[in-house]
Amino acid sequence: MVLVLGSLQLGLIYGLLAIGIYIVFRIMNIPDLTAEGSFTLGLTVSAVCSVAGHPFLGLFLGMLAGALAGVVTGLLQTKLMIHPVLSGILTMSGLYSINIMIMGESSNLSLINGTTIFRLVYKMFPDVSRDVVKIIIPAVFAVAFCVILIVFFKTRLGLCIRATGDNEDMVRASSINADMTKIFALAIANGCIAMAGGLLAQYQGYADINSGVGILVVGLASVIIGEVFGGRRNVTAGIVCSVLGAVIYRFIIAFAIKSSIFPAYMLKFLSAVIVAVALSIPAIQSYIGIHRIKKGGRTK
Amino acid sequence: MSDAMLEISNAVKVFAKGTPNEHVALDGLSITLNKGDFVTIVGSNGAGKSTLFNAICGTFLLDSGNIALDNEDITYKKEHKRSHVIGRVFQDPMKGTAPGMTIEENIALAYSRASGSGFKLALNKKDVEFFRNSLSEFGMGLEDRMKTKVGLLSGGQRQVVTLLMCTLVPPKLLLLDEHTAALDPATAQKVMDITQNIVKKYNLTTMMITHNLKSAMETGNRTIMMDSGNIILDLDEKERSAMTLEDLLKMYSAKTNQDLDNDRMLLTKE
Repeated sequence: MVLVLGSLQLGLIYGLLAIGIYIVFRIMNIPDLTAEGSFTLGLTVSAVCSVAGHPFLGLFLGMLAGALAGVVTGLLQTKLMIHPVLSGILTMSGLYSINIMIMGESSNLSLINGTTIFRLVYKMFPDVSRDVVKIIIPAVFAVAFCVILIVFFKTRLGLCIRATGDNEDMVRASSINADMTKIFALAIANGCIAMAGGLLAQYQGYADINSGVGILVVGLASVIIGEVFGGRRNVTAGIVCSVLGAVIYRFIIAFAIKSSIFPAYMLKFLSAVIVAVALSIPAIQSYIGIHRIKKGGRTK
Repeated sequence: MSDAMLEISNAVKVFAKGTPNEHVALDGLSITLNKGDFVTIVGSNGAGKSTLFNAICGTFLLDSGNIALDNEDITYKKEHKRSHVIGRVFQDPMKGTAPGMTIEENIALAYSRASGSGFKLALNKKDVEFFRNSLSEFGMGLEDRMKTKVGLLSGGQRQVVTLLMCTLVPPKLLLLDEHTAALDPATAQKVMDITQNIVKKYNLTTMMITHNLKSAMETGNRTIMMDSGNIILDLDEKERSAMTLEDLLKMYSAKTNQDLDNDRMLLTKE
């Protein structure tokens, strides 16, 4: 039961991360690695503000900082024409130092004496079980982000962003400023990712500089799992299914730990394998198809 | 102020300047289009036709020369800013639409350039009804497939959607870059008819590149021939009607002092 609740809580938090990854990798079609840095950036900003007694401000500033990191990557990609992968890596590496600086030149920070939104709600509703609170708060954030983004991608600006990811040639020849839409999308996505980091810091009560390592693969795995459940239909389905995928991913991980088939340190490896296998399915299918044709296609 | 919609003067564009691959794509070209002119452009591959369109759209800046659209100097204006008033349809049907978005979303995208705020919902009932009606005028049955992803349409259908997207808000200048070349003859004819209807309806100033000499002679009110980055022949409606296809071909050979080696041009003679 603890495992189920814990997975649901973490899954909803990582759902925001999955939405961000969905926006860059699926809607925009950009291989962006900023996530590893922006996730930790949200985490550290939120942690520092919580220690100072401002948990809500912390989440907000964390999200803003993440969005800013997205803008930096976007500027590197568009205005300075640096390769998208490298742009992300540059921002991510730079953020490593920035994050240590934010945490007061330390690589971790405990929120034990701070105020978190979870503790505020415990105090407000002492009768409600803590596990329920820990589900409700991330759920509220996940639903709010889903609704806002689903509506956003139906606005004119949202359509322009989707078109940029869908057919950049067309967008360049139309009246849309493709650089602007790219930067905007990266800002929104990394804002979501940073928000996930910010919530996680307050949820677990500490911040660590290494929290973001491998987070991109976790997000991608969630998006891919979400696509199994119909996330490919349209953007609305894609956003909702990304959150769903993040929750399911957590359950898979929890199950793997519980069954003690794998030691805990193998989880990142497992995530990488899951993503690699899922991404290679179309190629494998086509190999099988070619093999079948060669074998059975001859008439003589 | 004059009646001219498009004025290009002494346009020069050299690619790979200073290298052995130097190529003069536009060689001091000048042309003036009046409001409502429908100019067809012919010329062999590499004559500079598409380069001319790219220069007008702002894909790159001219090395020297000026471009004015509706009495406004746009020589150094950014590409996406020019596209507010210039519509362009490419030869490749894949280029003009976003395949992963539905027909109505694609059209809404084009329609939104007309008016303001980016945070408004892109599709409201009134707009969708308007899109449906506009599409139904083409008589291709696309109005019943508004929620179909454009990637599932045929090339001809995609070109028609692109045409509508370019003209829903009538542009000051419509550029058609061999927009029927990738289509089968029947579809090409249909798209051509639709094109002519739209141009007539809004009295659009239009330039159309084509390799089909016959259609070049029959369409619009003026035909120009390009070679080596310049205009070598400029026929108005009167001069053109006095000419036959053979005359045009002969003239082409004479002017360029070379035989027509462009088989595509010969093949599409009739």
